[in-house]
Amino acid sequence: MAQTAMAARDEARPSLLAVAKGRRARQILGERVLLGFLLASSLVAILTTIGIVFSLLFETIRFLDAVPLLDFLFGLNWSPQIAIREDQVGSSGAFGVVPLLVGTGLIAAVAMTVAGPLGLLSAIYLAEYASPRARGFAKPILEILAGIPTVVYGFFAVLVVAPFLRDSSESIGFEVSSESALAAGVVMGVMIVPIVSSLADDVIAAVPQSLREGAYGLGATKSETVRDIVLPAALPGIGGALLLGVSRAIGETMIVVMAAGLSANLTVNPLQAVTTITVQMVALLTGDQEFDSPKTLAAFALGLLLFIATLILNLIALMLVRRYQERYD
Amino acid sequence: MTKLTARNVNVFYGDAHALKQVNLDIRQNEVTALIGPSGCGKSTFLRCLNRMNDLIEACRVEGNICLDGEDIYDPAVDLVYLRARIGMVFQKPNPFPKSVYDNVAYGPKIHGLASSRAEMDDIVTSSLERAGLFEEVKDRLGAPATGLSGGQQQRLCIARAIAVCPEIILMDEPCSALDPIATARIEALIDELKQNFTIVIVTHSMQQAARVSQRTAFFHLGDLVEVGDTDTVFTKPVDPRTESYISGHIG
Repeated sequence: MAQTAMAARDEARPSLLAVAKGRRARQILGERVLLGFLLASSLVAILTTIGIVFSLLFETIRFLDAVPLLDFLFGLNWSPQIAIREDQVGSSGAFGVVPLLVGTGLIAAVAMTVAGPLGLLSAIYLAEYASPRARGFAKPILEILAGIPTVVYGFFAVLVVAPFLRDSSESIGFEVSSESALAAGVVMGVMIVPIVSSLADDVIAAVPQSLREGAYGLGATKSETVRDIVLPAALPGIGGALLLGVSRAIGETMIVVMAAGLSANLTVNPLQAVTTITVQMVALLTGDQEFDSPKTLAAFALGLLLFIATLILNLIALMLVRRYQERYD
Repeated sequence: MTKLTARNVNVFYGDAHALKQVNLDIRQNEVTALIGPSGCGKSTFLRCLNRMNDLIEACRVEGNICLDGEDIYDPAVDLVYLRARIGMVFQKPNPFPKSVYDNVAYGPKIHGLASSRAEMDDIVTSSLERAGLFEEVKDRLGAPATGLSGGQQQRLCIARAIAVCPEIILMDEPCSALDPIATARIEALIDELKQNFTIVIVTHSMQQAARVSQRTAFFHLGDLVEVGDTDTVFTKPVDPRTESYISGHIG
């Protein structure tokens, strides 16, 4: 029985080449179509990126025709007013980006002062101390925090935090602007906490268990193990997590549009109003604008600047994280 | 003289019964080898001896383990002091991401064994010497320990354990990640160390057990099948399971 079945099977098999001829054309076409489709999909993303970078670049070059590069990069004054009529007063705009950089840096610094410690400490708790139950409860909540739209954070900053800061500091005799860098920065910091904490959590969890056991085996307590062994081992990765937080802070738009000011003060006092690169880009491009005036072109130059800054930060952060991961693989 | 006594030790990982009714005495200044096929419970038993199993949530230890007559599982026991008296060397060399010097100095530092820099230097130097590593690293004490070779790293881990002045050193397959030459060095070192320390070593290599140990305990499927003088266990095993393991039939 088995033998006849086998014989029948062997009879029935056509040669390899015969099958190939029939199936090949269809198969190759199918494979090609699929491949082309996949390639096209990924090309869309790549070409869009390249397109955006080049459009930023070309518009920036046009902008630099009107405003010298050095005036842009090192100018201490930002007031992008361009005359509508030739003879209008105050027709010459000032496009010095330094106040915007300082403002962006100030708000990012306030944000990281909040997000750095909070994110790091919660990551240490989650990775080293939390019971599986507490972890299963806290992790999703942090993820929800990461999912809140930034516009919600924005009006929270405007309606709750800023008035609270202003009123409470007035009562102790401080003058705080209602659009202070502090309010925007603190709220932005809360927004960044889950980013820092989830990245740092991964990094700390990736520290090999053998290092912890080595420390426990020597009689180290839990806190000694975390402080002396785990954190130093995770340090490069933690640096990467913080840098990604910074990069998020300087690119964040909605919170600062709503809660930070518009006037470009050159100050490092977080109680005053400052403005940021992103806020000014929004301001430059909202409303009816001529698209060939330096005022609108300035938005592209700012965009390019921001892009370069976040790109560099992200690259350094990724490098740190990757180098760290290689060390323990 | 008996240093450690284990009486009716049972270990459970959740519902799995990993060690069953183990009774074993570890004698002072001897090397006791724990052998047996993978999963037989020998590493589990080793980790009971310094309560390393406490770190594993689902792990439950029953029975009695006494160090010089004191129950180490007494809730009042200070784990820090227990582990200062019972040191451990792991399967894979696990130097801390610190310098060679700081690796050795870490234990004495947390236990407050050195009151000055000079004393610490002494402890570090003598520990490295006793681990047979000093000559190789004396010019790079400040260099990262992760830059040492595997065999050097393992001797560094031994130096790190010695630096705390333990009475017992537990070794969990200390040579399984090393080449034969580095292994031979460690084995020679174990032989020297037994002058001052009591050593319990888990090993997969029966030759290693035969070379370094005075007593051998054979574990199989969670049971302590046989324990005795190494010579006797390897030449005239009592239990047929021991016989078939050392002749290569199981495991």
